[in-house]
Amino acid sequence: MNRRQFVKGGVAAFTVTFAAPEFLSDLARAQGARTRNLVVLYLAGGNDSLSMLAPYNDPFYYSRRPSLASPAGQVLPVGTDSSKVALGLHPRLTGLKQVFDQGRLAFVQRAGYADQSRSHFTGSDIWSTADTNSAQGLGWVGRYLDGFPLPVDALLGWNTTASLPRALQAGHVEVPAIASPSGYAFSSPNSGAEAAAERATSARIASHTPVDRPELAFVCGSASAALATIDRVATVAAYAGTLTGSQNYPTNGFGQALKAVAGAMAKGIGAKVFYVTTGGFDTHSAQGVNATGGAYYNLMGTLNDGLLAFYSDLRNQGLLDDTLVMSFSEFGRRISENGSQGTDHGAASVMMVMGGKVNGGLYGTAPKLNTDPGNPTLENSAGDVGYETDFRSVYAQVADNWLGTDSVRLLGGDFRKSGLSFI
Amino acid sequence: MASADRHIAHLLRRAGFGARPDELDTYGPLSISRAVDALVNYEPATDEVDNFIGVPGYVGITTRGEFLPPSNIVDARQRWLFRMVHTRCPLREKMTLFWHNHFATGYTKIAGALGATEGARYLAAKAAEDPAGVRGQIETLRDNALGNFRDILVSIATDTAMLVWLDGRTNTKAKPQENFGREIMELFTVGVGNYTEADVYAAARVFSGWNLQRVGAAGTSAQRYEFIYNPAQHDTAAKTFSFAVYPDGSRTIVARSAGDGMQEGLDFIDGLASHPNTARFLAAKLYRFFVTEFGAMNVTFVNRVAGVYRQSGCDMKAVMREVLLSPEFWDESAYFTRYAWPVEFVVRALKEIGWSGFSVDSALAPLSNMGQTLFEPPDVSGWRTGQRWFASGAMLARMNFASALASNQKSTLAANARDAGRTPEGLLAYFQDRMATAAQDSSTAAELMTYLRATGAWTGSDAQLQAKSSGLAHLIAGSPEYQLV
Repeated sequence: MNRRQFVKGGVAAFTVTFAAPEFLSDLARAQGARTRNLVVLYLAGGNDSLSMLAPYNDPFYYSRRPSLASPAGQVLPVGTDSSKVALGLHPRLTGLKQVFDQGRLAFVQRAGYADQSRSHFTGSDIWSTADTNSAQGLGWVGRYLDGFPLPVDALLGWNTTASLPRALQAGHVEVPAIASPSGYAFSSPNSGAEAAAERATSARIASHTPVDRPELAFVCGSASAALATIDRVATVAAYAGTLTGSQNYPTNGFGQALKAVAGAMAKGIGAKVFYVTTGGFDTHSAQGVNATGGAYYNLMGTLNDGLLAFYSDLRNQGLLDDTLVMSFSEFGRRISENGSQGTDHGAASVMMVMGGKVNGGLYGTAPKLNTDPGNPTLENSAGDVGYETDFRSVYAQVADNWLGTDSVRLLGGDFRKSGLSFI
Repeated sequence: MASADRHIAHLLRRAGFGARPDELDTYGPLSISRAVDALVNYEPATDEVDNFIGVPGYVGITTRGEFLPPSNIVDARQRWLFRMVHTRCPLREKMTLFWHNHFATGYTKIAGALGATEGARYLAAKAAEDPAGVRGQIETLRDNALGNFRDILVSIATDTAMLVWLDGRTNTKAKPQENFGREIMELFTVGVGNYTEADVYAAARVFSGWNLQRVGAAGTSAQRYEFIYNPAQHDTAAKTFSFAVYPDGSRTIVARSAGDGMQEGLDFIDGLASHPNTARFLAAKLYRFFVTEFGAMNVTFVNRVAGVYRQSGCDMKAVMREVLLSPEFWDESAYFTRYAWPVEFVVRALKEIGWSGFSVDSALAPLSNMGQTLFEPPDVSGWRTGQRWFASGAMLARMNFASALASNQKSTLAANARDAGRTPEGLLAYFQDRMATAAQDSSTAAELMTYLRATGAWTGSDAQLQAKSSGLAHLIAGSPEYQLV
């Protein structure tokens, strides 16, 4: 090893350590007001949570999933839940195992709702609106943002996906979609004063709200939100993070989205809510849970590596205590594997909550996978996992204990559940 | 723009992708019913648009080695954009896009399963250009763009890309695969709420044995995947649905021998195609795609178009004639009441700002930022349309594409506008006519005039015309009003 390599390796080793150098957090504080934030993470396609958090001592787990079950010797044990079921994380989730061991990761088992929709689209609308009856209204996060007193900052929320997810649909708050901070800039066919005049004109056109034409006003609002935020977003585009080398953010979309979120936090942008998604969970065939390079194995790799980098970076920045990550997916998957070494659409699933203030651990109880039609933990003739915790109870705790808003008003009902105390 | 042209322009924005100057010349003199006739009764044989790819005077493509749409998905995307710009059968391309969104199939999964060149092949190859005569899904849809919906369903159910995309290739007797069985009801025909979970399981069994086989000499370009009905993998037991499958009201597909079992799937498709909910589901979707996205669903329109669909035996040509001649379509309050899809926006901008010297390849990354990559819908339900196209980043991508195109066309724009550009008022009027939008908000028009008067006195010099023409084209195409078609 020559000196140059040593220095590079040394810097990497130094900056990814969990014992955060204090000056970094001071720096972060100095860069802007600290703000508590929520990162909503959507696992698109219906996550097979039985492969993510496996009841590895349940013989039916193996008999019903002969090609998909992870061997007991390979899962990463995280203890037993209150129903005495031993649980293990997917073998690829080594980073999340570290976070779990530090007590900063919680799993809420069997989260769902009655008569859970097996449709991707109805299902994700229900999770996004928190309304199981009529899921075509505003998003639950959007309704939260609508509660901020006017005028609201144009970066009150930050959506890392290209299109507006229903969860963020709000009555009057425009959440900008910033998939890549570096591409979020205004361009012009001209330069200098001409370009400046175009930008000023664009901003003035967009800022006008034709009150009698709400459909047009909507587009004006979108253009306005973009133009009002590009200069501040440019500061995030330059964010380098505290990680280097193999510990750095993965180059995939999920990793880069999380890097942008960390950058927005470190730069004190002030967004209260971030929305991040990673897809590919609709594993009807060749689910590949265990083999390196298998489809689900890779999904877990993307999830693990992105979240570990995010966690480590925030920890180094002293921002972990201000951050709560909550995951959801539209449904879990069928317990028995199908003929294509995959799983079809199911019902209840596992939600993840991660952050510096999280009381980590296993909440709720795992399903018992025996095929007795009367099995109380299952539904659909013991074909699917039955829900135990209404997903809105998880939202309620996030709303009441983290966002500091009234969950009853936000969710249109009292979904608080005793014993659920992850935050 | 003359009043008659205003109506033809509306027709071409909806039934096509906006109007090139020569299209206005072609359709402008026609009555509305003759123009609709010309759009609906296109002769596939006269559509030789692909022959002009690479010819000077047409929008460019960018090659990386040989230009190979049947095996390279980037080239396939370029070819389709080229067709949208230059086709003489605009309704054909528009309906193909409609079907692509309806039977939304994504390249990445096909390529992941079969490889990149095979992925492009089963989506985009023309039978005439494939060594083994493989016809990709988009070509099937394009060939049947105004065909019979029942036939379209059969071709989709046996389509190689679809059999990979929704896993029908692994649907077997012992382990029925629900993916296609669910989506053919939820997304392709009757719509959510009109079937039960039990119907999903039954539908999966109906299509058990609808698989793929690999034929042709191994290692040669003749080797290919094609549909096979595999009797050994078909579940022969009777299947009962919650809705009528047969005209006599019967809900049960009776047990047959395995050898005759393919008929079950055909019966089921017949039942779905002729189901009243399918007629209404399609009519409502066509209303939003062709007539308006504003306001509540027009029940009168839906019932009437659904009626034509059923009376004509699922004939999409009859349906589209009804749609395009409907009073709802020609109600002027419906003009500019759809949110342009990104490809509609891009192609219309090319037609109105100019394409000479521009490569459609340069539109691919911007389209991705706008939220629409052809052959890559986000999932089987297709793109999230309407207001959901307009996340701020996606709107910024539209504005920036307008900028890139205006920059590319700078000198042509200035030359075209030389006469009109003697005064700023003349220049603005010229571009407002050339790039017609939803009625400009009074402040939008005022701001554009302020812009023309900014940065110095009006001289009409070439340098000024270059700056202000490209600036105006950028600002108009990037304006909120221009996003409505």
